[in-house]
Amino acid sequence: MAQPLLSVRNLVKRFPVRGGILRRVVDQVHAVDGVGFDLAAGETLGLVGESGCGKSTTGRCILRLIEPTSGEVRFEGRDVRALTGNELSAIRRDMQIIFQDPFASLNPRMTVGAIIGEALEIHRLAKTRREREAKVADLLETVGLRPDHMSRFPHEFSGGQRQRIGIARALAVSPKLIICDEPVSALDVSIQAQVINLLEDLQEKFGLSYLFIAHDLSVVEHISDRVAVMYLGRIVEIAASRDLYAEPLHPYTEALLSAVPIPDPTLKRDRIRLQGDLPSPMNPPSGCHFHTRCPIAEKDLCDTRVPEFREVRPAHWVACHKRG
Amino acid sequence: MAGSIPASATASVTAAAVPRVGPWQEAWRRFRKHRLAVVSLVILSLLVLAVLVGPFAWRLPIDEIDFTARLEGPSWAHPMGTDDLGQDILARVLYGGRISLAVGFAAMMVAIFVGVLVGAVAGMAGGRIDAGLMWLTDLFLSLPQLPLLLLIIYLFRDALTQVVGPELGVFILIVIIIGGFNWMQVARLVRAQFFSLREKEFVEAARALGASRMRLVLRHILPNAMGPVIVAATIDIAAAIIAESTLSFLGLGFPPDVPTWGRLLFDAKDNLDFAPHWAIFPGAMIFLTVLSINFIGDGLRDAFDPRRVVAS
Repeated sequence: MAQPLLSVRNLVKRFPVRGGILRRVVDQVHAVDGVGFDLAAGETLGLVGESGCGKSTTGRCILRLIEPTSGEVRFEGRDVRALTGNELSAIRRDMQIIFQDPFASLNPRMTVGAIIGEALEIHRLAKTRREREAKVADLLETVGLRPDHMSRFPHEFSGGQRQRIGIARALAVSPKLIICDEPVSALDVSIQAQVINLLEDLQEKFGLSYLFIAHDLSVVEHISDRVAVMYLGRIVEIAASRDLYAEPLHPYTEALLSAVPIPDPTLKRDRIRLQGDLPSPMNPPSGCHFHTRCPIAEKDLCDTRVPEFREVRPAHWVACHKRG
Repeated sequence: MAGSIPASATASVTAAAVPRVGPWQEAWRRFRKHRLAVVSLVILSLLVLAVLVGPFAWRLPIDEIDFTARLEGPSWAHPMGTDDLGQDILARVLYGGRISLAVGFAAMMVAIFVGVLVGAVAGMAGGRIDAGLMWLTDLFLSLPQLPLLLLIIYLFRDALTQVVGPELGVFILIVIIIGGFNWMQVARLVRAQFFSLREKEFVEAARALGASRMRLVLRHILPNAMGPVIVAATIDIAAAIIAESTLSFLGLGFPPDVPTWGRLLFDAKDNLDFAPHWAIFPGAMIFLTVLSINFIGDGLRDAFDPRRVVAS
């Protein structure tokens, strides 16, 4: 592969847990525990996993909305973690984010025009007020809203419309990469399809790359070129979307996929039911994080040694001692 | 809100029929539902209007001594009666209201300014700075206020009076110390608001766009934190008017020839038995002002709290 647009290596984020009278650090939450992947220009990488596995934290660490504890994030070869001040501000023109909750992600006291126009203001992308308004009107039309919506406030819009406003705000700086943090999870199913289609149209039009974070596997399958599966802060499997869904290798991916409902009531399938609960990320299991719930775990191997992330088939990576 | 499903090309048109409602218009609509608050707003407006233009309409001087009309009850010539020197109480109440209200508003401004500043810095900085500022806030909250007020006025009144004159000097001193003892609640409110707001996704979105800290605070966090602050501000006005009255009543406020409402009460206290009107009218003014400001604060709280359901 040529130089990837985004390259993440060994990304780690630990949140300190403070306790006691002196508020000393008594423990740490291992939110992201050594995540690595590449993302090519124009590609969509799906990032799936259950709640609390560190998907959103990974996305925010890449943008440095949360400072990572360690690891490397390179965007077009530049080390994102080393940037400061103006350089950081400049790279934020290239990487944007769309949020899950369309009701929390828009400032209720600003008009839609001001919300979208703010990006242009910060990066001085419009010289005059008129030019800025013209650009905002363009952006609104691009995401399927009307230019006269500019003077309205967010509370006057429905969830799907607000999500479109959020997308227009991200597009305002013409980014190359957009991190979509569960952008459709909070929407009705009928609206989900519209927003997904909009994202696909925009990708085609502007050549965008997406890091698409979600827990809905069928949505991810539809939009992603490749999919990464996360469990307790680590990526356990990465493969092309088709390969992963046709032939999952990691037992966690298998279990996850067997839980996706099939829209045919006559079909029955063997569900793999995982035993036990998700272990606490404050005290993750030794060895392979998944061994406590894994149906094929082997004693003295999986519970002691961290499995290596290996390319077991072409472009199909998995972290498991037993498979591949 | 437009509830229909937007078509893929252009979004719904239903919102077009709804008139333009910004957050402030919405707050005003909710405020109007609070009947007592609206009545209070009218009363307070009338009071403010009265003290502003009253002295021009009611032209009796505040300090014309007339021994033929001492301690008279209300009459057409003196609607609120006269005091022991035959001075017209209505004129004095109107003039004193200017000072009392001015002190109230100015002290509120000082309190809000200091409170928002301390709260915002603590809320944005967190960590040690936050801990230090909150320690300071707690310290101020635990100080015995009245003795300290008296002490400060006793120490600094003469020095300041020499520089800017007796009336203005005392005004500045009183405003600063009343404001300086009323910012703590605001600081705590603002800090709490900042803590919750700075984690909101729209603030994160602005950070992701590369917004500076200053912009985050001024455009995104502060405007959304102002609701409770405005409510606290109204209560602060009332508290400041009471505090000024207390100081004047203790004889430590403005000079004796300046009739604030508290000073009028102080002068009237020895004559309560045979000239109750002297105390009743300024007392009623303080009562009305503070009561209506508190009701307005109530109404504002309802108006700014979106969780509170207001019958439409």
